[in-house]
Amino acid sequence: MSKEILVCCGTGCLAKGSQFVVDEFREKLGERKDIRVISDVKKVGCNGFCENGPIVTILPDHITYYKVSPKDVEEILDSLEDTPVERLLYQDDQGKRVRSREENPFYAPQHKIALRHTGMIDPGNIEEYIKAGGYIGLQNALEASQDAVIRQVEISGIRGRGGGGFPTGKKWRSCLEVSSDMKYMLCNGDEGDPGAFMDRSIMEGDPHSVLEGLIIGAYAIGSRQGYLYIRDEYGLALHHMQRAIDDARKKGFLGKNILGSDFDFDCEIVRGGGAFVCGESSALMASIEGKVGEPRVKYIRSVVKGLFDQPTVLNNVETLANIPYILTHGGETFAKMGTKGSKGTKVFSLVGKVNRTGLVEVPMGITLRELVYQIGGGIPAGKAFKAVQTGGPSGGCIPESLLDLPIDFDTLKEKGSMMGSGGIIVMDETTCMVDLARYYVKFLSEESCGKCTPCREGLRHMLDILARICEGKGELEDLDLLEELAITATQASLCELGRTAANPVLSTLHYFRDEYEEHIVQKRCPAGACKELIRFTILEEACKGCGICAKHCPTSAITGELKKPYTIHQDVCIRCGNCKVKCPFGAIHVE
Amino acid sequence: MEEENKKGIQELLDGYPQEQRHALAILQSVQKEYGFISANSLMAISQYLGTPVSELFSIATFYKALSLKKKGKIVIKVCDGTACHIRGSAQILEECKRALQINEGETTPDGLFSIEVVNCVGSCAMAPVVICGEEYHGNVQIGQADEIIDQAKKEVENHE
Repeated sequence: MSKEILVCCGTGCLAKGSQFVVDEFREKLGERKDIRVISDVKKVGCNGFCENGPIVTILPDHITYYKVSPKDVEEILDSLEDTPVERLLYQDDQGKRVRSREENPFYAPQHKIALRHTGMIDPGNIEEYIKAGGYIGLQNALEASQDAVIRQVEISGIRGRGGGGFPTGKKWRSCLEVSSDMKYMLCNGDEGDPGAFMDRSIMEGDPHSVLEGLIIGAYAIGSRQGYLYIRDEYGLALHHMQRAIDDARKKGFLGKNILGSDFDFDCEIVRGGGAFVCGESSALMASIEGKVGEPRVKYIRSVVKGLFDQPTVLNNVETLANIPYILTHGGETFAKMGTKGSKGTKVFSLVGKVNRTGLVEVPMGITLRELVYQIGGGIPAGKAFKAVQTGGPSGGCIPESLLDLPIDFDTLKEKGSMMGSGGIIVMDETTCMVDLARYYVKFLSEESCGKCTPCREGLRHMLDILARICEGKGELEDLDLLEELAITATQASLCELGRTAANPVLSTLHYFRDEYEEHIVQKRCPAGACKELIRFTILEEACKGCGICAKHCPTSAITGELKKPYTIHQDVCIRCGNCKVKCPFGAIHVE
Repeated sequence: MEEENKKGIQELLDGYPQEQRHALAILQSVQKEYGFISANSLMAISQYLGTPVSELFSIATFYKALSLKKKGKIVIKVCDGTACHIRGSAQILEECKRALQINEGETTPDGLFSIEVVNCVGSCAMAPVVICGEEYHGNVQIGQADEIIDQAKKEVENHE
């Protein structure tokens, strides 16, 4: 039987040289006539396990190879009719080499709906998407009434994957009920949460599913024009999305009389300008109108008066990618998964201090422990787990005591965090929670549009206080002031960015107050992360006097004689950490 | 890019309908073509769209992708997304600053390099990430930033 070779060409794998692997396969396949491989090597979208890229999959055997380099290509081709190349297989926690993804602890617990095609089909080829069952959802939708389509989405119980968790069916219905000649259907691809990259992967790896979702939504609400607002930084996603639109138009999925019906719809891409606040719905709409992306007060909701003052629905990329599945398999199938209040699956980006990082799609209601320890394989280098941060800058930190919490929209909110777009950032004992709060507040104060005072000024003052504490100049009264500012920003800000901006501060204060107090009272950073509060010293008994540290010290702060213990001069040391990384004997101590 | 290869501002404008909703897209293409947005470009766009210069100015200063100052030939973007941050991006940034003797947001006197701190480029699984020009470098270790910059310098020299 002919084999098929799939090479992952998502941004992660490309950065690790997967294009060279593709080229090598193509060259070698041209030379060899003894191997039967289906036409060409297939370039597929992100497989989610980026840190082990480039990833190569062989079908129909379902063998997946990791960290493949061009020089491995010959060996892979030789092995096609034989036993797999052992050393390129994934090694599981017991040290066993596993052939397929089903045996790989990273993939095994996953259940893919939004990512159902990503990594399996060529995103640049519409025929492959159609062959995989694409555009059937659209066909089903067009054969049904608008009301019936929305009914299916309501039955599915799907809630917005962008962060807010608003029921998608409810949003569509309220827009359908508004009568207007012009309505707009928008896709939010301005993924700005640091630590989350699922939208990018979906747009890169399966653009047609997003587009199909958008067209179905447009039909349901009665819109003829749509826009996809996509981050300018996502070059590959923009490219694939544009190609998908062009191909869909040629096939009659976009344009006039779609699939022979009397429904007309077309859409275009708007490139974002690089502003976090533009992920907020009213700011995004202002940006599409060619204005500064400032949010407005939403006494009147967007479904009534949105883009160009017309009724508008805005959905997130991942939400839209789920829609064709719902219209193909029915809302009830989707609703079978997940928890009472949060149906279906969710894509998480599991990153930070965890052994296996990447994109994972799991049913809602999975516990944080399963995510971190089963799929993620625990904390690297034998360090202790400290917390997970969810929901990006608007979310909060969840401590170890809550690891068995089933994750869904409501449980996370209850614990002072939120689902957000699905970033799960794992932190170990070397992550300082005060520094983390400072990091998020700094991010948000830079991204604050400046329109309302509680957010603009409140964040700046919170940042001042946090910076002071990190430098060891904080007072205990600062914590009360911090809390007061945080609560004011939460209650009085104009948009969700400001209203949730204090979450990182409030949640760390709530769960890790002792760490704040240690910075203030003992002038000590227990995680060893705050530069002003740490000292690098050399352990005399461990130092062999090799001089490597001195050679790599950028400020010549380390002196000594060969074969005798070296010394770090604190007045010159800039605490860059070079010496600690370079020392082969682990003789550099951080205190 | 050589001066003569650059498109004239009028040629850029002609690619867009005269509607305000294209203001951001036009500014982005000016940024791409010239590396910054000059006062003259702002005036030309204002005349073309009939949008006040003040409004275009506020757009140009609001969005991160747009800059009124000329950036270096090679922009070094140090990602400070959360995943990169907790895996030590601050130290990588310090290293870049030391190597080039400039601060973030600045350009070297020879106009070759700029350093920018960016918030998440969506490559969190390979954190920390440094993007040098168009090239992504993942899992950057302390001490590696020097190598990346040296390599970029050599490539520029070879080019000339």
